[in-house]
Amino acid sequence: MTNTATEALPISVQNVTKTYGAVHALDDVSLEVKSGEFLTLLGPSGSGKTTLLMVLAGFTRPDCGSLKFGDREVIRTPPHLREVGMTFQSYALFPHMTVAGNVGYPLRLRKRPKAEIAERVERALETVQLGGYGNRRVDQLSGGQKQRVAVARAIVFEPRILLMDEPLSALDKKLRDQMQIELRHLHEQLGMTTVYVTHDQREALTMSDRIAVVNHGRIMQLSTPRDLYEHPANRFVADFIGDSTFLRVNRLGADVTFGGVPLIHAGPLPDTPELQLMIRPERIVLSSGGPREGANNFAATATDVVYQGDSFLLHARLDTGEMVALRGAVRGSNATSLPQLGDRVTLTLAPEDTVLIDGSQT
Amino acid sequence: MRNWLNSPATDTQVTHGQRLWLYVFAVIVMILLVTPTLIVIPMSFSDSQYLEFPPEVWSTRWYDNFFGSSEWMQAARTSFQTAFLTMIVATPIGVLAAYGLHSSRFAFVRVAFVLMITPMMVPLVLVAIGAFYAYVKLNLLYTITGLVLAHTVLALPLVAIVTGSALKGYDMSQEQAARSLGAPRWKAFLTVTLPQIRFAVVTSALLAFLTSFDEVVVAMFISGGDNPTLTRNMFNALRDQIDPTIAAISTIMILVTTVMMVLVQVFGQDKKH
Amino acid sequence: MSMQTAPLNAAGLRRDERLERLTLFGLSSPAILLILVVLVIPVGWLFYVSFIGANGQFSLENYERMISRRSYLRIFITTFQVSLLTTGLCILIGYPFAYFMSQLPSRLANLCLITVLLPFWTSLLVRTYAWLVLLQKQGLINNWAISLGLWDEPLKIVHNMTGTLIGMVHIMLPFLILPVYGAMKAIDRDYLKAAANLGASPRVAFWTVFFPLTAPGLFAGALMVFILCLGFFVTPAVLGGGKVIMVSMQIVSNIELFVNWGAASALGVVLLILTVAILWVASRFLNLDRMTGGGH
Repeated sequence: MTNTATEALPISVQNVTKTYGAVHALDDVSLEVKSGEFLTLLGPSGSGKTTLLMVLAGFTRPDCGSLKFGDREVIRTPPHLREVGMTFQSYALFPHMTVAGNVGYPLRLRKRPKAEIAERVERALETVQLGGYGNRRVDQLSGGQKQRVAVARAIVFEPRILLMDEPLSALDKKLRDQMQIELRHLHEQLGMTTVYVTHDQREALTMSDRIAVVNHGRIMQLSTPRDLYEHPANRFVADFIGDSTFLRVNRLGADVTFGGVPLIHAGPLPDTPELQLMIRPERIVLSSGGPREGANNFAATATDVVYQGDSFLLHARLDTGEMVALRGAVRGSNATSLPQLGDRVTLTLAPEDTVLIDGSQT
Repeated sequence: MRNWLNSPATDTQVTHGQRLWLYVFAVIVMILLVTPTLIVIPMSFSDSQYLEFPPEVWSTRWYDNFFGSSEWMQAARTSFQTAFLTMIVATPIGVLAAYGLHSSRFAFVRVAFVLMITPMMVPLVLVAIGAFYAYVKLNLLYTITGLVLAHTVLALPLVAIVTGSALKGYDMSQEQAARSLGAPRWKAFLTVTLPQIRFAVVTSALLAFLTSFDEVVVAMFISGGDNPTLTRNMFNALRDQIDPTIAAISTIMILVTTVMMVLVQVFGQDKKH
Repeated sequence: MSMQTAPLNAAGLRRDERLERLTLFGLSSPAILLILVVLVIPVGWLFYVSFIGANGQFSLENYERMISRRSYLRIFITTFQVSLLTTGLCILIGYPFAYFMSQLPSRLANLCLITVLLPFWTSLLVRTYAWLVLLQKQGLINNWAISLGLWDEPLKIVHNMTGTLIGMVHIMLPFLILPVYGAMKAIDRDYLKAAANLGASPRVAFWTVFFPLTAPGLFAGALMVFILCLGFFVTPAVLGGGKVIMVSMQIVSNIELFVNWGAASALGVVLLILTVAILWVASRFLNLDRMTGGGH
């Protein structure tokens, strides 16, 4: 059961709006998903990511907009005719059927002959590493196994688009990490266009080809994981992905200053009047020998040092008053020489790590 | 015994001994609840004209009386027919209504729901004379059809409520999953949702049957002639003179109720391994 | 981004939405239609009839009769008496019994539940008849009481208010016990432990913590019992012996004996309005949706 990438379908979302009373669940959303791509919709609860997925599936009818799977306009097609595979947050396995009964359900609906159904069911189960589990009952399965059966059921009829609604949120951490890798492998093996919804940014960064960060019914940024991490388009995206400190900076034409001192930055400045400096805790460095040439230096006083085994977390108050967090690796060379409470420290930010973003928060 | 009496019965360390009055009271209540329900059974086997307990002479003459009387048999036939028809009419209509209202996003759902439970809120006498009035005009008086319609209306709120609360506890995403896999809504309902609310549906059917079978007041007005119900005739007999045959009929009615409840357990439970 | 072109597919999507809503709503239409035809319209018609006097013209005489004639007043008083007494007795008997059940381990509790459900499922007529026989002059109760020495002469405990009350309480008890029991089972035992820990004696803990938490269930049960009693017919008709006349019985005799539709309808309307009014007042204090399991 292999779909080659050429068989997978691209998805085209155009100007989709969904309002509930005065609330815009989706606000004029447009999005292109490439054929065979793994795209994640990432956002907090209520951001509209699940609503958008439901529009793709056909369970939520938007007020207006267009939705195309390949060349086919499907915005008015009922869910049972859309030919997409879908997994639900609660797995939604049918408890009154066996595993094989569940997985074979879509094939029975399509009136396939019995022998073919049995064969395809077993192949689907093998694909999710549950070969031979056909006769089990749903209540006998563990959470991870239920997840896999749900996936098997969604792919057995070889849809060209797969939708996944927070499939791993009910699993514990270890299982979740493992399943993330498995799902990613599955995607590479089967090649179908996948739209994945999650609120876990780490999950999104791990699994996706591209991520669409969603908030208040709008797409804040659509990029590769790296792009989103390194060059967030605005405060919301920067805040949502990774932990950062944000400092207000002043703009004078093409120059940016902080605390009266000009900042050295690589790359162009965003075209907005308000700017903020985004400091990733792992990018800012504790300078052992005082301020460094050609980099941005900040004088600070250590307020809290936490030893975390593989790394240490330093909270420091800048002389200008703001709090900054810094994370560094613990090595033999510094394990015993970490700053103490109240020590004066110099924090250094290389120009490539000096990221300036649009300071308006949306 | 002494130990038990001194042992604590609650988290607040009240002992069984201090609560003895409660236990005695409860036992008395249970006896009083059950006895009148079941006492008709042995009484119906008493040979005497005057209902007595315990029966001095045992006989089945009242049963012979019942089965031998064409009048009573006619009434029994009417009651069973009506109850059965009520069950098979009220259950699908009620289940569909419960599903429709549960899944609907229509503005008038609240109004519709209130309407659905009106038969429970309106005093039964009023329903009875209203139906009587209407049936005279519609020529439905003393017909099985009329009876079934009226009893269905009485049973619908029960069906809707029992099914509705089962739907509330049901994970609708299963139906959505079925639809995403290719099933149109009606098929998803039949193959996925219905099997899982089966207990509620079967219970509703039972309730519909019993509502009709046991119903007195409405039947008093709209049944009669060729189609009197068992309850109507029983009630009239009670008002005139105490005929021990009624004890026999009562026993049979208890039997019917019990059988129905057993059937619910058989057909309603989810299959376990 | 503003939309310069017309919103895509908006008209078609709106149509689809409307169709789906109508279809789903339409599933309940057979039920609603049936209820309208068999219940709402005839009762509405009766409403109208209640304002028609003996001469066939509009008149308020049916309602005036209720206020002016003493016999009618007595009927309303009797009805309220019976309803209040039955409700009160049900609370006095049912609440402790429900408490007892709630304290039992679940297997025993289920057994006791069966003793409550058994009469609940048994036909009303059968139970009424059973009481008729039990309470007779030579009935079981009198015979046993005399042999036990409780009283000497057979007491008249049927065909009067006493018999009616006994029968009504027996019928209504399950309606009170079940919601109260449900409320009691839902109480977290930690509450009582906390109360004890804070210094409350068992009696104080009961009245200040347990009882208030069960109050909604008690209120719901009592309300149901009261409303059922108001409109009740069979049991008072059989066990009252003609001496206990409730509103429902008067309605029936108005039709059966006097064929006075105006009077009967007026009585029925008053009963209905009473019921609705009580429910409306109660709904201010109680979430009725929970009781009937309906609504969204």
